[in-house]
Amino acid sequence: MTADDVILQVRGLTAGYGAAPVLQEVDLTVRAGTIAAVLGANGAGKTTLLRTLSGLVRPSGGEIVYGGQPLRDVPVEQLVRRGMAHVPEGRGVVAELTVDENLRLGGLWRRDREDAGKALAEVYELFEPLAQRRRSAGHQLSGGERQMLALGRALVARPKLLLLDEPSLGLAPRVIAQIMALLRHLRDSTGLTVLLVEQNVRSALSVADEAVVMSLGRIVTATSADRLRDDEELRHAYLGF
Amino acid sequence: MDRFVFLTFDGLSKGAVLAAFALALVLIWRAARIVNFAQGAMAVAAAYAGYSVTTATGSYWLGFGAALVGGLLIGMVVERAVMRFVDHSSPLSEVIVALGLVLVMQAVLGMVYGNEFLPAGTPFSRNALSVGEVPLLSRYDLFVFGAVLLVLLGLALLFTRTSVGLRMRASAFAPEVSRLLGVNVGGMLTLGWALASAVGALAAMLVIPTELGLHPHAMDLVFVSAFTAAVVGGLDSPPGAVVGGLTVGLILSYVSGYLGSDVTPMAVLVLLLAVLLVRPGGLFSSTVARQA
Repeated sequence: MTADDVILQVRGLTAGYGAAPVLQEVDLTVRAGTIAAVLGANGAGKTTLLRTLSGLVRPSGGEIVYGGQPLRDVPVEQLVRRGMAHVPEGRGVVAELTVDENLRLGGLWRRDREDAGKALAEVYELFEPLAQRRRSAGHQLSGGERQMLALGRALVARPKLLLLDEPSLGLAPRVIAQIMALLRHLRDSTGLTVLLVEQNVRSALSVADEAVVMSLGRIVTATSADRLRDDEELRHAYLGF
Repeated sequence: MDRFVFLTFDGLSKGAVLAAFALALVLIWRAARIVNFAQGAMAVAAAYAGYSVTTATGSYWLGFGAALVGGLLIGMVVERAVMRFVDHSSPLSEVIVALGLVLVMQAVLGMVYGNEFLPAGTPFSRNALSVGEVPLLSRYDLFVFGAVLLVLLGLALLFTRTSVGLRMRASAFAPEVSRLLGVNVGGMLTLGWALASAVGALAAMLVIPTELGLHPHAMDLVFVSAFTAAVVGGLDSPPGAVVGGLTVGLILSYVSGYLGSDVTPMAVLVLLLAVLLVRPGGLFSSTVARQA
């Protein structure tokens, strides 16, 4: 693996809320153009890891290198300009805005208005239900539609790295399968890198290339998704099934 | 009947100003979840800036413009230098800081300009134009309606048709998500305060000439009525602020006209109590539950 292959490198990352650290000495490497699944039980620190990477939580130690550049004191709102998009847990759809406004919001920072418009059209093409509900408010959408909207809004920014937090939460299995298929399609067709936090291990492993397992704020194993899926002993040891 | 018609138009004119002032309160509430008790003092400070320019240049319109620009700047400074550093975990701390600001600003204005009422002129006659035998509206009332309408339309366009308005709304509803989407939430908050303060300054410039004149406490009672208007309409709702303002203006006018001006503060309180008992969120409060 060369330095060019790596889009995100985390070394000794420690972060949390208040005095108690949630993440402790986390090391993580994510290769460009792959889907890396972050797995673990509730309270393992998965969401905090994503929030720290996107700048919402300030690390108390360690280093994050993204695209070859260290991220130190970079404001949250600047990261999307560098190609990092974060779809937070609970989807983060602005309930009071319409579907169209939510999507346009994803590309407002872009100077290339023509390409932003093109990206918006592509998202509508990708998510047909959204195209039919352009004027509906966010709170009027179903769970699956809200997830599409949150994903679509992130894609309008044409990110290089997508941080995706629990996209399957509260969704029907059929919708989860569609979302996982979409992630695979985006990786294969655009080279998008995805850091996928999931409690739904089977879904995550069905699409991921790499997998890391977290427990109590630490990464306890990092391996290929295939190995974790196929090696029963390993799965039992780290995921309990 | 003639009296009723006259009081109705008078009430609508008063209500238009209250609507603008209530709108200023709503703008800040939506952006920062703060009831800006300093709005009156900020508006008076901007009006004093306008007074200074008018006195120096002899031009009402230069003073009018200076008051609006002063309002913008005062809003920016208050947000950047004071409100941004207030502990937002308790609403009480914001209220106390805002009330502290009122005391400081009114004291400073009193020291600089004195505590006497200063004359505030109008650009148009305040003599009512009659239709038939019934006095209806003055040219100044028409100016008030026009100015408030222009501001309402401008704000509506800003919020619904421009990318800045979209950023401002998103920042108000979902600040964290907005930051993740590249929106400068702090900047939008400052802009919200600046706009609200300018709208408040406009209301002060419109209402002060119809009262006793310019004084550090000139907007105190207007604030009470406008606050009632904002709560009646629903603190979250700009259209509610407009309807609330017009309603309170009409009630003030009718009560003052038929029962005497001593009773008007009571009428405002009764209205506030009635709305809070029947519909605590205000007439135009949103019933939307956040699901996302």
